[in-house]
Amino acid sequence: MSGLGIRNDWQPLTAAAIGELPGTLGVFEIGDDQGHTLYIGYAGGRSLFGLRSPLGDYLAKPPVVNAQFRVELNMQYISRWKELLMDHQARHGSLPPLNPAEDAFALGHLGQQSGKTKK
Amino acid sequence: MIDFTPTQEQQALIDVVRRFVREEIIPLEADLDPDASELKPADYARLKRKIQDLGLYGMDIPAEFGGPGLDVTTRALLAMEMTQHRGGLYTACYGVFGGAGLAQLYEATDDQKERYLYPTLKGEKHGFFGLSEPSGGSDPARAIRTRAVRDGDDWIINGAKLWISGADRADYGIVFTRTGEGREGITAFIIDTDTPGFQVRRVVHTLRSAHYATEMSFDDVRISDAQRLGPVGKGFSLANDRLSAQRIPYAAQCVGVAEVAHRMAIEYSKIRETFGQPLAARQGIQWMLVENEIDLRSARLLVLAAAVKADSGEDFRTEAAVAKIVATEAAGRVVDRAIQIHGGLGVSKELPLERWYRELRIRRIGEGPTEVQKMIIARDLLGKIAG
Repeated sequence: MSGLGIRNDWQPLTAAAIGELPGTLGVFEIGDDQGHTLYIGYAGGRSLFGLRSPLGDYLAKPPVVNAQFRVELNMQYISRWKELLMDHQARHGSLPPLNPAEDAFALGHLGQQSGKTKK
Repeated sequence: MIDFTPTQEQQALIDVVRRFVREEIIPLEADLDPDASELKPADYARLKRKIQDLGLYGMDIPAEFGGPGLDVTTRALLAMEMTQHRGGLYTACYGVFGGAGLAQLYEATDDQKERYLYPTLKGEKHGFFGLSEPSGGSDPARAIRTRAVRDGDDWIINGAKLWISGADRADYGIVFTRTGEGREGITAFIIDTDTPGFQVRRVVHTLRSAHYATEMSFDDVRISDAQRLGPVGKGFSLANDRLSAQRIPYAAQCVGVAEVAHRMAIEYSKIRETFGQPLAARQGIQWMLVENEIDLRSARLLVLAAAVKADSGEDFRTEAAVAKIVATEAAGRVVDRAIQIHGGLGVSKELPLERWYRELRIRRIGEGPTEVQKMIIARDLLGKIAG
């Protein structure tokens, strides 16, 4: 499942970095200072300023000290968001710690499933 | 002369569905992402219960399996109503009316029905339809390269499928494999998705934001012969038999969405003013609306004509193919004109038009592309000389 994640670099979660973003729709990740993903989200059609809006919310209430973010501009934001969640689940066995349980509702699986032996 | 006026019973059903869409579905969409394809779980459960209480759940399930036993014409009329909301084209009423499961399972053995069909009809299991491959989908008789080889009481399957919807969330799939040559060399199997060797390799992003196709691989997947669906070599006819019938509601759904787009365009043209007059006063706009009206009436009549033929018990393949071509292409033109009339608003996510524009483009390819439908019609017109 490698290669499915967001490929852009982590950036510090600062007003300056967020201000550089275009007001475009897409997906984003919030991470800790080690680059571990804490949350995967998207800026969709109801977002007032595209990716700047949800990232601005995290800037106002950062989940950890020295939080980082990375983004991917993508108009297929819902399917890409689901893909990132499935990829994280496949690699780590769970959703990112700050994604609520409801994000797993009707989420699919990528890769080999439980692999229990079938008769 | 065929009269397409709905009967009293049909009109009563239409009114119920229309009211449901207007009062239950559309208000919820104000809080959903413009590209959403699912309701919040609590809303889904509540509305599903409501539909079950109305006796309309599972309307595509045949009567002998507990469904309401609607004929194709009634089903087409309701399909035109159910899609008349933002997410309606591909997720009519967000699935609260239930599905019919995979139609091929109606041909399954009693044991297979107990393990797969009945749980699916109850919403306890979900399946995928594994026909298309990287080598092709329009011509599965030639394109299928996923092989199943007999090994004692088992079969070993190797290969890949592409453009498969829902496989990442499915509990099982109906997978069409090659066991011999040509059309008579296709055999279908039911494969549980936790079978060792089966994996969904990736999602394939398309014009639809909220929904994706998947690619899967089979690496020495071993399954029992008890998982075979139908006789060896009869997979192609199993896949084909229900395709014509599915095309009619598929076409009807396009008509429903286009009708809303047309109504929006008419209303907008009356209120939007340019250079001191409403758009509706301009002949250029009037002709676009007239062309919409002609497209819609043609599509609606041809869809209903195909449905009536299907209900008569006669061969309706050509009528279904004609309806599919006309409805999918006409709906695309109608929404395109509606966008043009709305100007900048038409291409924004403020309105559902841009979503319908993207999704309708896919409808000219899915369920057999326009070109394949034309082949079906050509064969009917010309016989074997058409190839």
